[in-house]
Amino acid sequence: MVDGLLYRLRLLSLGTVVDKPWLIVEYFVSPRFVWGAALTLWITIVSLFFGILVGLLIALLQESKNRYLNALAIGYLWLFRGTPALFQIIFVFNVLPQFGITLSNFSSGVVALAMNEGAYMAEIVRSGLQAVGRGQRTAARALGMKEWQVMRHVVLPQALRIIIPPTGNQFIGMLKLSALVSAVAVEELLLVANQAASSNFRYLEALSAAGIYYLIFTTLFMLVQARIEDWASGKRRRRTRKASLFERMIGATGDGARVR
Amino acid sequence: MSSARSIVKVRGLNKSFGDLRVLKDVSLDVEAGKTVVVIGPSGSGKSTLLRCINLLEPIDSGSIEFDGQNITDFGRQAFKARRDIGMVFQNFELFAHLTALENIILAPMQVKGIAKAEAIATAQALLEKVRIPEKADFYPDELSGGQQQRVAIARALAMKPKAMLYDEPTSALDPEMIKEVLDVIQELSRDGITGMVVTHEMAFARRVADRVVFMESGQIVDDAATSEFFQGTSSERAKRFLEQILHH
Repeated sequence: MVDGLLYRLRLLSLGTVVDKPWLIVEYFVSPRFVWGAALTLWITIVSLFFGILVGLLIALLQESKNRYLNALAIGYLWLFRGTPALFQIIFVFNVLPQFGITLSNFSSGVVALAMNEGAYMAEIVRSGLQAVGRGQRTAARALGMKEWQVMRHVVLPQALRIIIPPTGNQFIGMLKLSALVSAVAVEELLLVANQAASSNFRYLEALSAAGIYYLIFTTLFMLVQARIEDWASGKRRRRTRKASLFERMIGATGDGARVR
Repeated sequence: MSSARSIVKVRGLNKSFGDLRVLKDVSLDVEAGKTVVVIGPSGSGKSTLLRCINLLEPIDSGSIEFDGQNITDFGRQAFKARRDIGMVFQNFELFAHLTALENIILAPMQVKGIAKAEAIATAQALLEKVRIPEKADFYPDELSGGQQQRVAIARALAMKPKAMLYDEPTSALDPEMIKEVLDVIQELSRDGITGMVVTHEMAFARRVADRVVFMESGQIVDDAATSEFFQGTSSERAKRFLEQILHH
């Protein structure tokens, strides 16, 4: 009778489903998972870094007075915002070699993600630059500053404070987007979990281990982001209420959701 | 003109925005140590003239001489001329990310390479002069309009300019703050700082100006000593303008 009761309790606690909970921990600390998680983080950082550079370039092309450069920027945005990121990754990996450009799986993934990210960062950079009024530039010029000094000391410091918070969101977006490069056999976290599970059908355990990594990364980064935003707002006394960590985690920061 | 040396010498200046001719053959001198007030109806080209003088607007034809040097074709070297010309804007345009003090020391340090300690000492003296030394560490959005404009004046003075251009310095201010700004400009004028002031403040013009320039439709229609101008003896057109604004 005691046995029967225990059995029912195990049913209630989903014990039959999670019959080897330690397997999650085993996966979590296994070298393959650790390596996959590190690779996911690395793909995210490299892609975002180059994505920001591409975004800056596209933003400057858009702001340029040259019509052809404007058209180039618009064409770029149209192409990269109008097709799926997954499509872009597969395209870079499979089609570029036909034009003599052969990249490794990892490089293909990063190139595609960076170019995709650039299309979104351009808009963020551009709105940051535009938020700095023309009068600020005029005043700086009137003081005898050269154009690069106007950029460096007056426009960029003000634009950065507007650019940084949404860029933090892009980091989290990129962390999740990085899972797409599993499509070109880069052994990042999701592919590692998928492969581990497919050998023994322990999907729940393997995916849980991967999911925990993703959640740890996003949560840690949200904490970092709060620090960066504090820094970006400088010595100024904050008038606006800060978003709490919980609000950040569920995305309730009033920035609006981004679909991609 | 008298024998006094002209700091600003504008000759035959023409400027159009598209089909609109904003400045038509404008010539004018500002002598060293003097204060010239430019008045006239809105859209008469006063502010554009000021912006042309420190090369913030490209001109179509004519010449601009500053402190004995022809700066008309400075082009990309315009920043060199602007170092010696102070400018104050209608909307203050203090750098929003910097405190009052940081606003004032930025250009002396970056443009002239002055050491920080020296720049700060100068800035504090200037804040003293515009009567808000206690606001050094405040950000622009923590200051009233009148205070912001006085910091902006200090910022321009920190470059030790040879002339100051004031572009409607009190137009964006609440009435109770106009006086504090005009008092500062008057004091600078008394100190012998060459100035050109675009304004609608007639009482100020009468009190402070050495000369009044009256503009209408992009042309200078009168350019006279202040007393003559206000007595209405300098030109018929100026007389009518004064009657319009003073007697109703």
